[in-house]
Amino acid sequence: MTTKLKGIAASNGVAIAKAYKLVDPDLSFKTQSITDIDAEKGRLDAAFVASKEDLTKIKAKAVENLGAEEAEVFEAHITILSDPEMIDSIKKQIEDEKVNAETALKAITDNFIALFEGMTDNAYMQERAADIRDVTKRVMSHLLNVNLPNPALIDEQVVIIAKDLTPSDTAQLDRQFVKGFITDLGGRTSHSSIMARTLEIPAVVGTEKATAEIEDGQMVIVDGLHGESFVLPDEALIAEYTKMGEAYAAQKAEWAKLKNEKTISADNVEFMTGANIGTPKDLDGVLENGAEGVGLYRTEFLYMDSNEMPTEDDQFNAYKKVLEGMDGKTVTVRTMDIGGDKELPYLPLPNEENPFLGYRAIRISLDKTEMFRTQLRALLRASVYGNLWIMFPMVATLPEFRAAKKIFEEEKAGLVAKDIAVADNIKLGIMIEIPAAAVLADKFAKELDFFSIGTNDLIQYTMAADRGNERVSYLYQPYSPSILRLIKHTIDSAHKEGKFVAVCGEMGGDPIAVPLLMGLGLDEFSMSATSILQARSLIKKLEVSKMQELATKALDLDTTDEVVELVKAYTN
Amino acid sequence: MESRNFHVVAETGIHARPATLLVQAASKFSSDITLSYEGKDVNLKSIMGVMSLGVGQGADVTISASGEDEADAITAIEDTMKKEGLSD
Repeated sequence: MTTKLKGIAASNGVAIAKAYKLVDPDLSFKTQSITDIDAEKGRLDAAFVASKEDLTKIKAKAVENLGAEEAEVFEAHITILSDPEMIDSIKKQIEDEKVNAETALKAITDNFIALFEGMTDNAYMQERAADIRDVTKRVMSHLLNVNLPNPALIDEQVVIIAKDLTPSDTAQLDRQFVKGFITDLGGRTSHSSIMARTLEIPAVVGTEKATAEIEDGQMVIVDGLHGESFVLPDEALIAEYTKMGEAYAAQKAEWAKLKNEKTISADNVEFMTGANIGTPKDLDGVLENGAEGVGLYRTEFLYMDSNEMPTEDDQFNAYKKVLEGMDGKTVTVRTMDIGGDKELPYLPLPNEENPFLGYRAIRISLDKTEMFRTQLRALLRASVYGNLWIMFPMVATLPEFRAAKKIFEEEKAGLVAKDIAVADNIKLGIMIEIPAAAVLADKFAKELDFFSIGTNDLIQYTMAADRGNERVSYLYQPYSPSILRLIKHTIDSAHKEGKFVAVCGEMGGDPIAVPLLMGLGLDEFSMSATSILQARSLIKKLEVSKMQELATKALDLDTTDEVVELVKAYTN
Repeated sequence: MESRNFHVVAETGIHARPATLLVQAASKFSSDITLSYEGKDVNLKSIMGVMSLGVGQGADVTISASGEDEADAITAIEDTMKKEGLSD
C-alpha cells in the first residue's frame, strides 16, 4: 500500500527511484561467554578482512570521484585495520575473558578512543579517535551481519533517505546516481536543501518520519515541487508523477532559453538577477544559469574548508578566480561570517548561550583585526581583475560600519604606498539582517554605497525565532507585513540617496516574494543559481506598475496569510 | 639487530600523515621493528602504538629492527623519515 509523507519542498523536480537509507544501523549486541575461542577469533579475522575489502573499494571510488586528497582518510582507516597490535589485543581479550568478538572489539577500541580523546592538547590526535570509531563501526557491522551504508559505493539510481545530510555525507555521493533526497529534519536553508538545489535534484525535507517509514530498496517518489513523497506507489501514481516530472523538465527547458536575456519586466523596467555562491567551483552553475552578477559570495567557506587560517595568497587566488570568471559583472563579496552555527577548528571561540546573538561576523572582524586586514588586502589586490563590491555582515550600528570602512581605507592606502595596483571603484556596503540596521537605513544610506538584505537572518531576528527550531518554525514568515515594512524602509532610504539595494536571502528567488519586492523597488535579486531563470521568467511576465499597487496594499494588511492571498490574486 | 637514533624536526612530530607512511614502510619487512621514546617501546607496524607515544618536535627516538631483513628495513625507514621531513 502506498504511504504519503508530507514535508517541506526544498528543491524542485520529481524523481522516482529505489530508496537508499543513509542511516546508521542498530549495532547493539549482547555480551556472551564463549567456549570455542578459535571460532571466535575466526569471526573477528573475517570481519577485519571484509572491512578492509569495503574500504579498499570505497577508497578507489573516492579517488575517482573526489580526488586523492579527499580519499586519504580511507587510507588511514585501512592502516588502522592493518594494525597488528590492535587485532592481537582483541584476540587476547577473547582468550583471556572468554567473551564474544563483539565484546572484545568494543573493550579494546574503547580504550584506544579514550586514550586519543584524552590528548586534549592535540586536536589532530583527538580527530583520530573519530577514525577509530568509524573503523570499529564497520568491523562491528560485519560481526553482526548488518549493512552499514556505503554511500560511496552506490552504483544504481537511488533516492537518499536520511535523518539529515552532513557535508561529509554529500561529499561521498556520486552525483550521477543520486536522484533525490528525503530527510526527517531540516528546512529550506539546511545543508541538505542547499546541496539538492546545487545538484539540481528534487528534495523533500523535514518529513519527521522518512527514516522510520521507508525501508531500504522500496520504490519512492520525491515531489520537490509540492513537498510530498510517496512510498511504494502503484502504477497509476508512478505514471502521474512521471508526467509531472516531464512537465517540469519541459518548463526548465523553456526557462533555459532566457539564459542570455536581460531581466526586464513586462512594462520595461530593468532588474538584476544575481547568484549566491560559496566557492569559485560554483561559477560553472552561475554562468550556465545566466546570472547577471554574483550578489553574494560567502567567503566563510574559504575558512571552513581549511585546517588552518587561509593565507592572504590563498584568498587572493580564490577572489581573483571569481572576479575573472564573472568577466566584469559585479561580484559582491561578504567578508567573513564565522560564529553562530559556523565554527573553525583553528579559531577557538568561547561557547555561548546564544551564539546567533553573540560573537560572530563583523563583531569578530573588528576584534581580531589582523584576520580582517588579511582578508581586505586579498580583496583589494584581487579588485583589479573585475568589478568588486564588498559588504560587511551583521552590522548593527553606524560606528561598526565606520570602523570597518576605516580599516579598509588604511589597507588600501598601505597597498597603494607599496605601488600595488588596486581598483578605485570598489563599492562598500552592509548586509541588512539585524532589524536595528534596517530601522536606521536612512542614516546608513548617507555613508555607504549599497545594502544587501539577508532575509533569512532578518526574519529570524525580527521574529525572535530560531529558524532551525521546528517548534517555532511557523514564525519564519518572509511575507509578514512587518518584514515587508522593514524592507520598504531600507529600499526607500537607499533610493533617496541614490544607492543600490539587493536581496540575497531565500526571498530573492521566491515566487511569492519576487512580485512584492518588484513593487517595493528592489534593484537586484540574488539567489541560488538554479533559481535565476525561473525568477527571470516570472519578472518578465509582471508589470512593475501593478506590483507597486500590490505592494502598497500588502504593507497595509494584518497577516502573512492575507499577503499570500493578495499576491496570488495579483499574479494569476 | 640494527638500530638508529633520530632527532625529530617535523613541526607536528610523528603523528600527522607521516606516521601512517612510516607504519606502511615498516610493514613491508618481516623483521620485528620497534620505536623507542622516553623509555617506552612500541611496534612500528602499529599505527595506534606509534600515535599513542605522542612523539613531538625535538624528540629523540630510537628505531630498532631485528630479523632477516633488518638492515634493509632500517635503510627504508631512514629514507621515509627524511623524505617526509620527520628528521634531518
